Amino acid sequence: MENLNILNRLDYTLMIVAVGAALLGTVSGALGTYAVLRRQSLLGDAISHAALPGIAIAFLLTGSKTPLILVLGAAIAGWLGTLLIMSVVRLTRIKYDSALGIVLSTFFGFGLVLHTLIQRTGNANQAGLDTFLFGQAATILERDVWTIGILGGIAIIITFVFWKELKLLVFDEGFAASLGFSTRALDILLTSLLVIAIVLGLQAVGAVLMSAMLVAPAVAARQWTNRLSVMMLLAGGFGALAGVSGTIISSSATRIPTGPTIVLCATVVVGFSIVFAANRGLLWDRMRQRRNRRNLKMEMDGLFKQPQQGDD
Amino acid sequence: MLQVQLEIQLIAIVTAVACALPGVYLVLRRMTLMSDAISHAILPGIVLAFFLTESLSSPLLILAAAGTGVLTVVFVELLQRTKLVKEDAAIGLTFPALFSIGVILISRFAGNVHLDMDAVLLGELAYAPLNRLEIASYDLGPVSLYVMGGILMLSLVFIFVFYKELKLATFDAGLAATLGFAPALIHYGLMTLVSVTIVGAFDAVGSILVVALIAGPPATAYLMTDRLSRMLILSAVIGSVNAVSGYWLAHLFDVSIAGAIATMTLLVFGLIFLCVPNRGLIAIARRHARQRWEFAQTMLVIHLLNHEGLPEAEEESAIANLHEHLSWDPTFAHQVVRYALNNRCVLQEETQLVLTEHGRSVAQQALVQ
Repeated sequence: MENLNILNRLDYTLMIVAVGAALLGTVSGALGTYAVLRRQSLLGDAISHAALPGIAIAFLLTGSKTPLILVLGAAIAGWLGTLLIMSVVRLTRIKYDSALGIVLSTFFGFGLVLHTLIQRTGNANQAGLDTFLFGQAATILERDVWTIGILGGIAIIITFVFWKELKLLVFDEGFAASLGFSTRALDILLTSLLVIAIVLGLQAVGAVLMSAMLVAPAVAARQWTNRLSVMMLLAGGFGALAGVSGTIISSSATRIPTGPTIVLCATVVVGFSIVFAANRGLLWDRMRQRRNRRNLKMEMDGLFKQPQQGDD
Repeated sequence: MLQVQLEIQLIAIVTAVACALPGVYLVLRRMTLMSDAISHAILPGIVLAFFLTESLSSPLLILAAAGTGVLTVVFVELLQRTKLVKEDAAIGLTFPALFSIGVILISRFAGNVHLDMDAVLLGELAYAPLNRLEIASYDLGPVSLYVMGGILMLSLVFIFVFYKELKLATFDAGLAATLGFAPALIHYGLMTLVSVTIVGAFDAVGSILVVALIAGPPATAYLMTDRLSRMLILSAVIGSVNAVSGYWLAHLFDVSIAGAIATMTLLVFGLIFLCVPNRGLIAIARRHARQRWEFAQTMLVIHLLNHEGLPEAEEESAIANLHEHLSWDPTFAHQVVRYALNNRCVLQEETQLVLTEHGRSVAQQALVQ
């Protein structure tokens, strides 16, 4: 009965939203792999918040609410924010975390100022702040699915083209630099790809939760493998899984927002992976410990069972 | 100036200083993003406490939220301790999950209660003076001023009493541990303080912009000084300046006050980043330029010294030929000669350059090194 109920709800709109969420999960999971491996998990959080002034300025300049223009504005602002973070870290003694925190919050604050400015002009066509913060997965249209698919596909293809360069950057930046690769250019390339994934996801899950879409699938995938290629594949798969299951769960009950549900689904995948993953998982570790202890005990017993000629 | 305006500015200043002081330690300990995590993750705590008390300003709410904040820190550390997840990823996993639970709780159950998502995330300083503390129908001023004032006091006492312990644990946790100062205890004390501060600042600036108040002024002060005590004082001053100037910026353009304070935080940070003596961008650029000229001048005097008193000297130290001998661009060579003349390293005798006593010692020193 339960299954039938869910199947009935799989109408066209839901299908589109689910496909969109799945694509999004795939793209952000695959690209998030690099962010997690480079210990820049929170960069996504900064980029997504820093995008707000870009959206507001794009709207103020053009007066249109065409998604593509707003997305472009978001991408430029997010990209500038990251550039600022990089140069503050490079040129001052301020550490990465502080630079990130400052850019994240102050860019967002500036965006808020612009937003209130737009609201004050009483333009009926204003860009919704709630949508920016929490996303509105239900508004994903077929057109958006194509945008996500094409742009996200291009971003992933770029990672294939620069596969060995990026791999080198992630695992041994110093070595990459010594081989003559421009680590700064690669850094900017990787950041740009991340920006693409984030602005694509803003519509569905919003700025606050976008970072989880990048981090969670990659962390889950990391538990199962030590290979970059497998990790990227798995992360994409986990992202898609979280996207689809979150969409279906939120549509099967009333008043459960999609974005947070997707994030919780991704968190569940992480929890499962951390506990049950082969080799690395907590359960596996516990079992190995127990086995080692037993083996040790057996060996010790074997040693001490030999007749001893004590000197007491 | 109206009384309301004065009160808003006062609340803004007290909030900014209360955030900046613990912020100094977060910036120095590289834990700024923990404040971002805490400020988002306390949402479920607030929501649950709100369901119980049905009021946004009850002390229970603050306690519950602060408790959730500390719980977040514990979660992040537990995740890290499994060695399966790095610190940044642990933060990036924990707070969106808790925040999502909060959002779902709100939209599922709080639809008919009065809990505005925007108020939680963005805050509204302009409304802060509306909620007033009244005892026996005497108006004693806005509640949030008392709340933030109390938190500021707590902060001051904590930092004053544990100044040396905090300092030691911040700059050398290992030494602090060997001396028996229990860095973990200090760490959790600080995190509790940060949680309480964030919850208190919530009303006024909301969960995202509170990070600007916590990270902005200390990072700006960090560019200006090497001393912890001075950094604390500077952060408080910068925070206050940002708060007041932000208020008037908002007043001028009729925009969000919290947003304007964050904007001022960015502007002031940018200004100091550019202009601070010794460490600013402009100072760095000028130092690079000076080093370039100094280096070229040294090359020039060494060249002159090498050929001094030798037969080819006339040919080698003719101004017109210098650029060829040193393989410089002619205009650059000309500028270097002018620079060296100004510094009295060389003298011009007709078409020739002659080393001065000073120039000779510069060249000799460079060669010795």
